[in-house]
Amino acid sequence: MSNIASDLAWIDAALISARPQAVGALLRYFRDLDLAEEAFQNACLRALKTWPQNGPPRDATAWLIMVGRNSGIDDARRRNKLAELPPEDVISDTDDAEGEIAERLDGSHYRDDILRLLFICCHPQLPATQQIALALRIVSGLTVKQIARAFLVTEAAMEQRITRAKTAVAKADVPFEAPGAVERSERLAAVAAMIYLVFNEGYSASGDSIKERAPLCDEAIRLARLLLRLFPAEPEIMGLLSLLLLQHARAGARYDADGGIVLLDDQDRGRWNKPMIAEGMALIDKAMRHRRSGPYQVQAAIAALHSGATHPSETDWTQIELLYRTLEMQQPSPVVTLNRAVAVSKVQGPQAALDLIEPLAKRLAGYFNFHGVRGALLLQLGRATEARCAFDQAIALAGTTAEAAHIRMHIDRLMADCTASGTAHAK
Amino acid sequence: MLYAILCYHDEAMVGSWSKDHDDAVMEKLAVVQDNLAKQGRLGPVARLLPTTAATTLRKEGDPPLVLDGPFAETKEQLLGFYIIEAKDLDDALEVARDLGRANPGGSYEIRPVGVFHPGSVAS
Repeated sequence: MSNIASDLAWIDAALISARPQAVGALLRYFRDLDLAEEAFQNACLRALKTWPQNGPPRDATAWLIMVGRNSGIDDARRRNKLAELPPEDVISDTDDAEGEIAERLDGSHYRDDILRLLFICCHPQLPATQQIALALRIVSGLTVKQIARAFLVTEAAMEQRITRAKTAVAKADVPFEAPGAVERSERLAAVAAMIYLVFNEGYSASGDSIKERAPLCDEAIRLARLLLRLFPAEPEIMGLLSLLLLQHARAGARYDADGGIVLLDDQDRGRWNKPMIAEGMALIDKAMRHRRSGPYQVQAAIAALHSGATHPSETDWTQIELLYRTLEMQQPSPVVTLNRAVAVSKVQGPQAALDLIEPLAKRLAGYFNFHGVRGALLLQLGRATEARCAFDQAIALAGTTAEAAHIRMHIDRLMADCTASGTAHAK
Repeated sequence: MLYAILCYHDEAMVGSWSKDHDDAVMEKLAVVQDNLAKQGRLGPVARLLPTTAATTLRKEGDPPLVLDGPFAETKEQLLGFYIIEAKDLDDALEVARDLGRANPGGSYEIRPVGVFHPGSVAS
């Protein structure tokens, strides 16, 4: 009984891991996303039927590509009322042909097939939400139902979103010939950004949606690993995977039992995932040897400094502040400056940090975290009334109940402190 | 005689296991390992991080070249190893079969150990 279960688990894992490469290759053959997906689906059905009896093929991916391609051609001929292919049992005897295809897979197509498949999903014309949904459906192979659950929308709405994205992609006319060096690196950057988006969808979940959305983080890590396997010497891709692993390693400590946010300083570091941290550290270590810095590497290095501190007081804030300075130069944004301000407050105190963020007030007026950080700094400076005002603004802008609850906790503490120490301050 | 059991498997596939499946496999392997440990036949055991974390030092040049990734691009990757004590090859194969029942798929390379230093690092 357990044997059957483990058989199915094996087949499942084989189909999932073969998917990007197989669908990528089928897309190159058919030049049509729907056709490629359908062909892969057919191949999977065939695999579920024959693998438990015949045992696994020597190269599962090559098998799926070949059976998928034949079924796709078969379908196309049927549609065109042309002659049908030979019967199934002829093509299911795939041993020789499989070897031949496997050999070809080792060639250069392999990398570009997967990159193209990923790149199609992050076409610049697609809004971010459609990019993510399409990648999860096409590359990861999640069901529409699973994706809908992660995005907290109905299955019908998600179905529609994916269909719309596919239509846009079909019109977009992505070239199928092997990309040149410049184009390849542009595709790589776009795909990395899309993977980061997928991760953030999971990472920014809170409250009731944590369980539903956490798998998005795992999926993003799997995709980043896939990308790094294709481009093993790209320091930014090492940085991306490192960043995702180091962030996700804290997942078990980021929320309390009620789904409330636990700040980094207050997290139980014993609940951080040690193997994930080890892998993330190893990757950023490797990446920095290349001396080709980039935003993912810098962010990973910051995350690594947090992960390496066994206690919050051991955090190397001076180094973190320097890294945020670097990030500001590479990717200037008021949000990065806001993050640097937090490091500045630890190194030079709250006034220096407040001076740094006050000029951002206009640009970050609608940003929840700005008011939260500003409130905390004012509080440290003993400017309780202004702090209260900043926290109120933060609550008004909170995107999730957990965010709102977190700020409310600050306010409660503030009120309690004020009542308790009011006389002392008044003197 | 000491034998190394080198564990090869398709890394992408092992990486696609669900956490539950991974935990279940590890639990079953632990039973086999405990058994060996009780008989005083279990040496160091290691599960390696993915090959994306690997670096290769090619020593034919001077200075040696540092390359990202594993030594060789292969269909199956070295994912871990055991050092065990076995009477002979049959005995070592028996252990490998036990491990294989706990963790089907992939291959084990059974290699007699020439020189062995138990080392001094703490786990």
